[in-house]
Amino acid sequence: MLSYILRRVLYTIPIAIGVSLVVFALVHLAPGDPLSAVMGEVDQKMLAEMRASFGYDKPLPIQYLLWLGNTLTGDMGYSLRSGAPVFPMLIAAAQKTMAIGFAAALIGFTFGLAAGMLAGYNHGTWLDKAVSSTAIAGVSMPHYWLAIILVIVFSVQLGWLPSVGAGSPESFWSWEAWRHMLLPAIALAAIPGAVVARTARAAVMEILSMEFVEALRARGLSERRILLHVARNALPTVLAVMGLQFAHLLAGSILVETVFTWPGTGYLLNLAIFDRDMPVLQGTLMLLALFFVFTNLVVDILQAWADPRINRA
Amino acid sequence: MNKPADAHAVTIGFESVAGERTQLDVPVGGIVQRTYWQNVRTRVLRDPYTVACAMVLILIAGSAIFAPWIGLIDPTAANSSHRLLPVGAPGHLLGTDELGRDMLSRLVYGGRLSLMMGVLPVVLALVIGGVLGLLAGFVGGRTNMLIMRVTDVFYAFPSILLAVAIAGSLGAGLANALLAITIVFIPPVTRVTESVTTQVRSMDFVEAARASGASTYAIIRTHILGNVLGPVLVYATVLVSVSILIAAGLSFIGLGASPPAAEWGLMLNTLRESIFLAPLNAVLPGFMIFVTSMCFNLISDGLRSAMDVRF
Repeated sequence: MLSYILRRVLYTIPIAIGVSLVVFALVHLAPGDPLSAVMGEVDQKMLAEMRASFGYDKPLPIQYLLWLGNTLTGDMGYSLRSGAPVFPMLIAAAQKTMAIGFAAALIGFTFGLAAGMLAGYNHGTWLDKAVSSTAIAGVSMPHYWLAIILVIVFSVQLGWLPSVGAGSPESFWSWEAWRHMLLPAIALAAIPGAVVARTARAAVMEILSMEFVEALRARGLSERRILLHVARNALPTVLAVMGLQFAHLLAGSILVETVFTWPGTGYLLNLAIFDRDMPVLQGTLMLLALFFVFTNLVVDILQAWADPRINRA
Repeated sequence: MNKPADAHAVTIGFESVAGERTQLDVPVGGIVQRTYWQNVRTRVLRDPYTVACAMVLILIAGSAIFAPWIGLIDPTAANSSHRLLPVGAPGHLLGTDELGRDMLSRLVYGGRLSLMMGVLPVVLALVIGGVLGLLAGFVGGRTNMLIMRVTDVFYAFPSILLAVAIAGSLGAGLANALLAITIVFIPPVTRVTESVTTQVRSMDFVEAARASGASTYAIIRTHILGNVLGPVLVYATVLVSVSILIAAGLSFIGLGASPPAAEWGLMLNTLRESIFLAPLNAVLPGFMIFVTSMCFNLISDGLRSAMDVRF
């Protein structure tokens, strides 16, 4: 197990380097250098000075190494728009995204898992059909559209919940903070919840058709105990899907955050794109992509732990 | 042909997928020998959901393609005195948008861009990713290493993030959004093709074909493509549904189509400001995205069970 973890971690390093290269290359794909895009028509001499102070006058490979080195030490440069340091900005935004991300995962995974397992266990009944069709609607749902519908129903028509921003709660553990989080979290929960439900249903159905379940029944185990065995066997698959869905959820929050003007990483990314604020864009992309790489790593290790049969040779 | 196909279904092994007749012919008089694809077609046609979805998609795509000739109002004709008319208003069956343009016409015309953005990236990714995957799987060795490791890196990005990052870096516009989504889909297609190719390549029947003098091209064409086609087709329909969601999402945040074009994601974005005045109008473009995406998903499910594809 330990050697598997070690090898899996080592494998992550080249991937992370590749990811950083892609992020760097993407930002430099745009024609012209980052500054002229922001500054517009200015004095050439001043532009050259600015370029030197941001380090944009150096050759690209040097720029990449400098940027990578700085990023690793937590120095992500300064926003071209506001002049504020990028790193604290990112941390603040990441906390906001994590807040709705965890809330969404809690809602989506709880409902998805329960519904999916019940549907798989009661395969072919009306319950199974209801869950399956809701789940297929969920995976096809443009979550930014669901967000708009939620706003129309709960903010505009009923007036129960706010539709914009995170409010200014005194602490995270207050109704003020939670009522702002509720709608974005539900919108974000739809897709992962549906995917988990589909996965859990398929896994439970497959396991129920295995011979060992027959053997358990023959030995006279109660249905509840059998369901426990089934759940234990479905765990690795479901766990892996949940991990990946969580990472996808955080990345996908850019669209939902745009609807709710939620001050998270997605909203930051959106602003950075339209401001052509390269340091912020690079930082946000890097953070989200590395988080995804890290989640993949954790998922693989968890899966190996939950299912000892996974080939670790 | 009137008999239920499954009653005499021939168990088809991997090797017969290319469409040749199998050797597993059942020696019963009067039974028509059927190929794998004939069986798939019968099974698909007997699945009501798949057929219904295909019909809905044909309706949406057909009306979009023939939009200029079915008597719709000009989708870009604005009328400031008819802004945000409700659904069911006389002369405007589905109301009007924030500039007084006819919603029905814009929803139908919107299908042109939205469907194109759903299908085209997948087709391009299938061609490029398919070639890369075949190359990696068939040549193996260093070529495989190189292609698959680069694929791994792009795979390390969540799809929406990568699409937004590429489209955002290149700048707003339909062509850039198209390119962005294509790049997002190349790695998964490469992976599926590579894994099937590697599996099939080491099978006995490929060895046998080679031993009997079949050229590499013939082996790729009959055996590899024949076996890859099923899984890739199922996968491609899922990708189209994802592609529609991402493309409309890009337009929704201002990175895809630009006004005054009719495109579902863009319409959803501009109508978002009108949710207080005309909530139903604001919801309609999203409904189109949802229905189209769901139909592709259901068709994929239908194809999957008809072809018995598992991956």
